[in-house]
Order: sequence, then C-alpha cells, then structure tokens
Amino acid sequence: MKYVDEFRDGDLIRKALDEIERLCEDGRQYRIMEVCGGHTHAIYRYGLQDLLPDAITLLHGPGCPVCILPMGRLDDGLELAERHGLTFTAFGDMMRVPGVNGSPLEYQARGVDVRMVYSPLDALKLARENPDLEVLFFAIGFETTSPSTALTLMQARAEGVENFSVMSNHVVLFPALKALLDGPDCRIDAFIGPGHVSTVVGCAPYAFIAEDYGRPVVVSGFEPLDLLQSVTMILRQMNAGEATVENQYTRAVTWDGNLAAQRAMDEVFVLRPHFEWRGMGSIPESAHGLAEAYRPWDAEAKFDAPAVEVAEPDEARCGDVLTGTIAPPECPLFGKECTPERPVGALMVSSEGACAAHFHYAHVEDLDILA
Amino acid sequence: MSATDGTPTDAASAPPVRFKDERIEMSHGAGGKATRRLVEGLIAPILHNPTLARLDDAAILDLGGPRVALTADSFVVSPLRFPGGSIGELAVHGTVNDLAVGGARPRALLCTLVVEAGTEGAVLRAELEALAEAARAAGVEVVGGDTKVVENGKADGLYVTTAGLGVVDDRLALDAGSVRAGDRVILSGPIGDHGITILLARGELDLEADLQSDTRPVWPFVDALAEAAGPGVRWMRDPTRGGVASALNELARETGLGVILEESAIPVRGPVRGACEILGLDPLHIANEGQFLAVVAADLAEAALGAIRSVPGGDEAAVVGEVVETPSRRVLTKASYGGTRVVDMLIGDPLPRIC
Repeated sequence: MKYVDEFRDGDLIRKALDEIERLCEDGRQYRIMEVCGGHTHAIYRYGLQDLLPDAITLLHGPGCPVCILPMGRLDDGLELAERHGLTFTAFGDMMRVPGVNGSPLEYQARGVDVRMVYSPLDALKLARENPDLEVLFFAIGFETTSPSTALTLMQARAEGVENFSVMSNHVVLFPALKALLDGPDCRIDAFIGPGHVSTVVGCAPYAFIAEDYGRPVVVSGFEPLDLLQSVTMILRQMNAGEATVENQYTRAVTWDGNLAAQRAMDEVFVLRPHFEWRGMGSIPESAHGLAEAYRPWDAEAKFDAPAVEVAEPDEARCGDVLTGTIAPPECPLFGKECTPERPVGALMVSSEGACAAHFHYAHVEDLDILA
Repeated sequence: MSATDGTPTDAASAPPVRFKDERIEMSHGAGGKATRRLVEGLIAPILHNPTLARLDDAAILDLGGPRVALTADSFVVSPLRFPGGSIGELAVHGTVNDLAVGGARPRALLCTLVVEAGTEGAVLRAELEALAEAARAAGVEVVGGDTKVVENGKADGLYVTTAGLGVVDDRLALDAGSVRAGDRVILSGPIGDHGITILLARGELDLEADLQSDTRPVWPFVDALAEAAGPGVRWMRDPTRGGVASALNELARETGLGVILEESAIPVRGPVRGACEILGLDPLHIANEGQFLAVVAADLAEAALGAIRSVPGGDEAAVVGEVVETPSRRVLTKASYGGTRVVDMLIGDPLPRIC
C-alpha cells in the first residue's frame, strides 16, 4: 500500500535503528515525550520501544483526547441525554469510557439512544433527516478534530437545523504542554510533536518550547520509519546542544498549518477561561467553548447541564501516566481491576491511551503482569 | 450448539470464566471476550453436559453407528444482501463450515426463518433461492425447519437459524489436546473480506472498495487436507466473529501453549488493509465466512498447504505461524524488522451484526 509499506520497510527500519545506536552518546540518557496518542499507539503496535537502545526512554504524553477528559464531563453529557430524551452521538472511542453511572454503551443497553458516528457531519445529517430526534454531538479532540466540529456548526447555523447541538470538550494543545514544562518534576528532554494536530496548527506555535524552555521539538508522522527518523533528528539536536523546531512530517504538515481550518475554529470557538484536564488539574485557556453566535447549538446553554462533580477513583494513577511520571504497569490497578474490557480510567479504553496500548501490545517480559 | 469459544481442557490452563454482567450489550454477540463470558460463564454451566463442555464448533455424538456432528447457528446480518453474498448463503455456509472444521462432512440442514411482517415476498424468495443454491453447492439438503412471523419493526426483515448434521470423517482425529509446540498454523486464504464488506455495505462510512464477502463452504479444502495430511491435522477453526485473533487466543487458552504469527505471511487484501488503516481496526479481529485455520504437525505442513492450494480458491493459503511453548497462553505477531506485539482477543464490537 502506497505511503504505508515504504514506511514499514524492514531493511530501512534496521538501518534507522543502527543510526540511532551510533548517535547515542556513552552514558547519556535521552528522555523523549511523544505528545500524541496516535504516536503512543504506533510505538507499541510496532514494538519500537523494544527495538530502541536502552539510553532512549519514550514518555507518553497527554495527547489522547479521550484520556484527558475528566469523567464528570461524560457524565454530564449522558445525564443530559437521558434526562431530555436526546440522541447521544459520539466517536467510537468514547463508547466504552466509564462514567459514574456507566459508559455510553451501558446507557444504550438501558434504552438511551446512543449512536456512534464517524464524523460530526454524520450527527448533523441524523438530525436533519430525523426532525423528531434531538441530536447531541459529544465533541472531543484536540485541534485535529476541532475544525470538523466547527464546520459542522457553521453548516447547522447556515441551514437553520434546530434539533442539533454540540457539547464541546475540544481542548487546545499548547497550554497543556506549557503546564507540563512548568511542572515541578518535568523529566522531558525533547518532544516528538503530534503529526495530526500540526497539519492544522502548523509548526510555528511550538517555537516557545525551543526558545523559552530549550527543548527540541520534531513534528513527526505515524509510521515506524517516521518515528525513528524523528528520534534521530532529536538526538542530533541534543548532541549538538541545540533546541529548534523541526518538521519530519513534511508530506502532511506545513510551517503555518491549515489556514482555512484555523479560520473555522476562530469563527466558531472561544477559549474557555479554565478547563479541567484529567490528572493535570485546571489549565487556563486550554479548551474551546462555543462563541456567542453559536449559542443556540451549544448543548450546555440549550439544556440545563448538570455539571456533575466526580471524584476520580482513588488508586487509579491516570494523571501520573498522562504526564509521563510513571509507566502504565506502575499503576496498582493496571491489568488487574483496570483492563480494556472493564476500564477504570479512560487511558485503558482508547486505542490511543497509553494503558490500553501497553496492555494490548505488552512487551513479552511484562506478560506475567497480565496473566 | 455452536460456540466460537474454547474451554480449558484442564483446570490449570486457565481460570474459569464468570458472567456477572448487568445487561446484555451488543459486545456480547461480537465473538470476543464478552461473548466468552456469556457462553462459558452463563450458557454452558446452566446447560451443562460433557459434550457441550467441549464448546467445539460442532458437537460430536457417538450414537452407536457412524459418529455424527451436530451444530446450529443464527444469522442476523444487516443488510440482508451485500457484495459477494446474502443472508441465505451465509446461513448455509456458517453452519456447514462449523461441521467441516469439526472434522465432519456436512450432510443435512434444518432451517428456521423468523420473518418480519411487511417483508416483500420477492425478498424472501430471493433469500430462499440463495439458500437452496448454496446448499446444493455445499452438497447438503435442507430437510426441515420452521417459519415464524413477527411484528413489523422487529427482526430486521429476516433472521435465519440453521442446524446442521454431519458425519465425522475417519481420516481426521481433531483434538486440541494433541497440539504440540512446533506445529504449524495454516490459514486458508486472505482475512477480513467479510467483515469489511459488511461494514462498507452499510453505507455509514463514505468509503468504497472493490471487495466482496468471502462466504463459501470450506469442506472441499478440509477434504483435501484430510486426504493429504489427515493424521497430522490437530485442530481447526473457522475464524468468524472475533477473527483470527480470537480463534487463536482460544487455542492458546485451551492448550496452555502460545502462537507466534509471522505478520508478513498473513494474507490480507489491499482494500481490507486500507479500510483497517483508516478505521483503526486490526485485520486479525475482522470476521471471515469462508476461511479456516488448521494446526498441522510440522512434518506434514507442506503437504497440508499443497493440498489446500490444489483446490480452486485455495491458492492464497499460507503457513502463517507456529505453536510455541512460551509465552504460554498468548498469541504474538512478529514483524519483518523484529518488533513483536501481543494479539489479544477482540474487545468490544467494532462491527455489529455481521453474520
């Protein structure tokens, strides 16, 4: 398959690994965070961690939108749907995420109209074709998915579709990265920048990480060779004592990003003053609410949002995993109370969650933990 | 009864499964972990008897004469017709294939129809004709059955249940307990065609692909396999719901052994790979309706592969992996560059109502 097979070529991968081995300086440790959940998934799926030299540690960042969503937001959405008889629509990733009173699939089994959609436009289409339904789209995602929600809302407004609303949980990447870097025990030497988010926002906004915090950033694609090449670029920067923003994923990402998508986001969204991130606490201006002109389609304004305050399970260390402080198996619930089938935390649900990735694609030596 | 799930042959190989789920969800029908809980944790313990406890695809009955195999399967696929087949064909193939991988030549079917009031006569006629033609091609007769009609709005047009009777083939002695480290895993052809075809046929995704269901009877391949390598064939399964990953995980659980798959050896068509890449699915979890897995002793593996390939439609069969001592009770895939990953059973339900 074009654009896939050539980036998984066994010979090229072995050559890239040799190059990385050569670049590792004696006695030096390289702690690299891949921000994006898609990268986390790819790293596990292709077993890259096992192939890399011990000197390189990959830390899994907070780039899985399902994982960073506090449980209370999902409860709010599901409560709204149940109380007002709404049709709850969301991406497949959300379907098994546990809320206090169950996951969307468990609500569905109890009779709430829960449907999986592949795009917010599908949710709008459902509303348009079924005027008797009141459709709620439970929107999640970073700048990768925000533009499609924005365009959907622009279309709903243009067509005057009244039986459709969005509960926005869209988050913004850079405030979270800043919060990580400002953390008291930040152990990150460099970042593998998220490929999909960067197709929208471009590379320019990462400059503060290099300039203010002295950490290299390489925006990367998702295939094994992309990731290995990005590691190579980071090692070269670190060995030379440099910190700049580089773009490895040139076949998809430009320096300035997708300007039309940025305009759509600017039109539809405003930054919320604060937003709660699972495991990271409240981060200022880190999420998108709907602008005044889109209030009629804002589920939180249209219906009385219950704002469920939910305590996260005590022993679950989702937050520490999200910030790269611990690896998934170091959580006491990992593989025991918390499994992909019966997840306690969202990191165990989404294919992009570090815990689910670690569970599904466990290193062979970890297998006894999962037995 | 038919079940896609295996059961431990000795108590030490795996802990018993308990059903404590509050409600039935769609995932309980998807052929993965939830299905296993339902079948092994609820249905089998309540209906308990030694034949059922084996939870094989077909039950083998010793009635004094030739040994017979008995199985049943229900079909609730939506949509009823899809590229490469329809519910009528599926209802024959699903059941005769459960007999075939149980080592039995299919002989007769019973067919029960649950029809939604309002279904067009022409639709029912077309499905019966498809069923009859598939039965003829598979060498079985539909010798009886039942018909029920339910209210409009139920049963999605048509649900079909078929029960199948077969005669156990003496050339084969299938027994998961005879599987040994070093045995080879043979796959009869490309995987994922059926599941992805149905997914695309629903039209909920704006994806199109030149692809059709692989629904077909597998007995001709099993027949050739039995002739060429009969004593070396240890175990067979048709990887329907839950896919190859779930079937091999059941084998691993049942035997206490492990399986290592060579990722590059697994045949997957381009459109299936493409759809799986886009949708984040693993072809190893996608359902098939015309393929089977066989574990064959290493010294007979080449002969077995040659036999399957000699039957029309079997040319893409491949040795895809090997049974290993460690890691026990796990299925792994190995990539060409050396990376390995664990392949778990299907969790949840990526593709509801595929058969």
